[in-house]
Amino acid sequence: MKSDIILAGVGGQGILSIATALGEAALADGLLIKQAETHGMSQRGGAVYSHMRISDQPISSDLIPGGSADLILSVEPMESLRYLPYLSETGYLVTNITPFINIPNYPDIELVLAEIHKLPRFIAIDADAIAKEVGSSRASNMVMLGAASPFIDIEFSKIENGIRTIFERKGEAVVNMNLEALRRGRAFAEENR
Amino acid sequence: MQKHLFLGVEAIGQGAIDGGMSGVYAYPGTPSTEITEFIQDHPLAEERNIHRKWSANEKTAFETALGMSYAGKRAMSCMKHVGLNVAADAFINAAMTGVNGGLILTVADDPSMHSSQNEQDSRFYGKFAMVPILEPSSQQEAYDMAREGFALSELTKVPVMLRITTRLAHSRAGVECSEVLDENQLSMPADPRQFILLPAIARRKYKGLLQRQDLFLKLSEESKYNRYEEGEDKSLGIVACGIAYNYLMEHYPNGTCPFPVLKISQYPLPEKLIKRLNLECDELLVLEEGAPMVEESLKGFFANGTPVKGRLDGTLPRDGELNPDLIAKALGKESFQAYNIPEVVANRPPALCQGCGHQDAYVAMNEALADYTKGRVFSDIGCYTLGALPPYETIYSCVDMGASITMAKGAADAGLIPSVAMIGDSTFAHSGITGLLDAVNEKSSITIVISDNESVSMTGGQDSSALGKIESICIGVGVDPAHIHTIVPLRKNHEEMVRLFRQEFAYEGVSVIIPRRECIQRASSRKRNQK
Repeated sequence: MKSDIILAGVGGQGILSIATALGEAALADGLLIKQAETHGMSQRGGAVYSHMRISDQPISSDLIPGGSADLILSVEPMESLRYLPYLSETGYLVTNITPFINIPNYPDIELVLAEIHKLPRFIAIDADAIAKEVGSSRASNMVMLGAASPFIDIEFSKIENGIRTIFERKGEAVVNMNLEALRRGRAFAEENR
Repeated sequence: MQKHLFLGVEAIGQGAIDGGMSGVYAYPGTPSTEITEFIQDHPLAEERNIHRKWSANEKTAFETALGMSYAGKRAMSCMKHVGLNVAADAFINAAMTGVNGGLILTVADDPSMHSSQNEQDSRFYGKFAMVPILEPSSQQEAYDMAREGFALSELTKVPVMLRITTRLAHSRAGVECSEVLDENQLSMPADPRQFILLPAIARRKYKGLLQRQDLFLKLSEESKYNRYEEGEDKSLGIVACGIAYNYLMEHYPNGTCPFPVLKISQYPLPEKLIKRLNLECDELLVLEEGAPMVEESLKGFFANGTPVKGRLDGTLPRDGELNPDLIAKALGKESFQAYNIPEVVANRPPALCQGCGHQDAYVAMNEALADYTKGRVFSDIGCYTLGALPPYETIYSCVDMGASITMAKGAADAGLIPSVAMIGDSTFAHSGITGLLDAVNEKSSITIVISDNESVSMTGGQDSSALGKIESICIGVGVDPAHIHTIVPLRKNHEEMVRLFRQEFAYEGVSVIIPRRECIQRASSRKRNQK
């Protein structure tokens, strides 16, 4: 198997927590990983991305070649579009629809959503609303991971275990809330794919 | 079996510890910072009491590491590429003195300038100093090179450069660790004059360095990191340096590359392997991250040998970092792109955090500066450089660490009075103090704003070496205490800040204004850790 994933968002939104959970799951599945991150200046509210490559075969490049990503997973709608040149013809775009507006010229959100709806395969989900329903807006990244999970070739139970591992220190209640966020995200994607 | 999922920088930190290192010396700088942070948090570093505190700048860091090497122990100094400009004096001369305990200089280049002022290629410094350079193609090699680099340094008797780039630094992959080596015992240099570069001794040392070049070349030619991979199709021979090797192999999974490939991860260039590639192939293609250093040396002045393709003839872009797509294009492979970026997507540049003290300082400065013509504020390297962008647009320079104060002085010397310097607390400690002394000695009409957020914030909130010492440093350097003012940059103090700026801009002499409020990122992570 091979999953090439672009993770996207804005510095401070915590996209690396998604990468960590997924990395744990892939490791537990005996898979190989390469994952390039954005550190440094862009973390101050700029556009950030991560190239995550998971495979059962050795991976050469730390970066995903253009036009070949299986998935774009974005926690912000405009950011999801920034990396479209990486998406393969058959790839999925999974994005949160809540805009993160920290620039004066942020486009009309309807225009952004219209571009997303032009794609043949996409999931547009209000992760913030679902996260609030399960108990905390901070769980929205796990809603997003859940929404993307049907398109990643890793057993769902392994992703659940990945979440258990990273939130273990924070106690049972936090683990369960994040697991619920993950499951709600997945359910949404399966109903709307 | 993957043992650890390490960033390249973490692999280097682990490798250095496992290689028997007794001290890491560094100043934070993207993309090198996390090497030292990783060591700071490592249980074995704690157990062995490995030195791991931040240095005031890259020069003090490298020199201290050299001192540890003098005393027989293994040391590493880490910095970003432009940091090596600061440490260059020490580094170049350390190649002359040579080492006692193994010494590695890890330098992280930033092609495409993700977080830097330029994309200079540190390999030139390694060549200039005439020392071996290691350039890993993977996180595993980064680990191995950091671990084995001390022994290489002890064998060659010079500091060894470990050169990485942003992509390797900040990408994770599985790394298998090897046995942990013991630290060296304290031992004095065999030759008590080894480190005395008086001309008569230096001339002898230099001849010794020149003589050892043959050894360095032989080590490169026999290095496990340099590899000639056979290929049937001799129409092209490919030289792939460092991480460029991975981008190349992305297009030829499972060893299917039809062309001979020379993988290079140790310098000086392995002559025998290069000559073989040259003899066997009709054309050469050089893939290297950074400047066309290898390409230039293969091409020669008259370029009348085997055609060499790369960054110089336009096969690859002359600037910016490489990626699999650029290399596909260089190989004549079609790459297919299904979608473009829609026009609706706007740029999202980095910005000062909401609630940051630099914001309040800039708002007040702008109001006080409205009394003067524009273009009077010289700035420096740090988060506050973002004050060049809207909505502030306060500053007019960002050149190198500490240059705000000295450039303001030079402009004042030229008659631009008042001139203003905007510098952070850590940058001031790094390279601002000596410039301040120049200004004090000449009673320059400049106002220096030391925007003190009590941390090295751009790189993630490390401890600033000037913490709690800024006023006493300024007084010690000779600034009149009546013209040193401290204020908390908050909206409620806006009027007072504007008044202070106006007053000191009008003063004909050196004045220092210190807006001081803890970085909000550091404050929130401190509160999280307290919970």
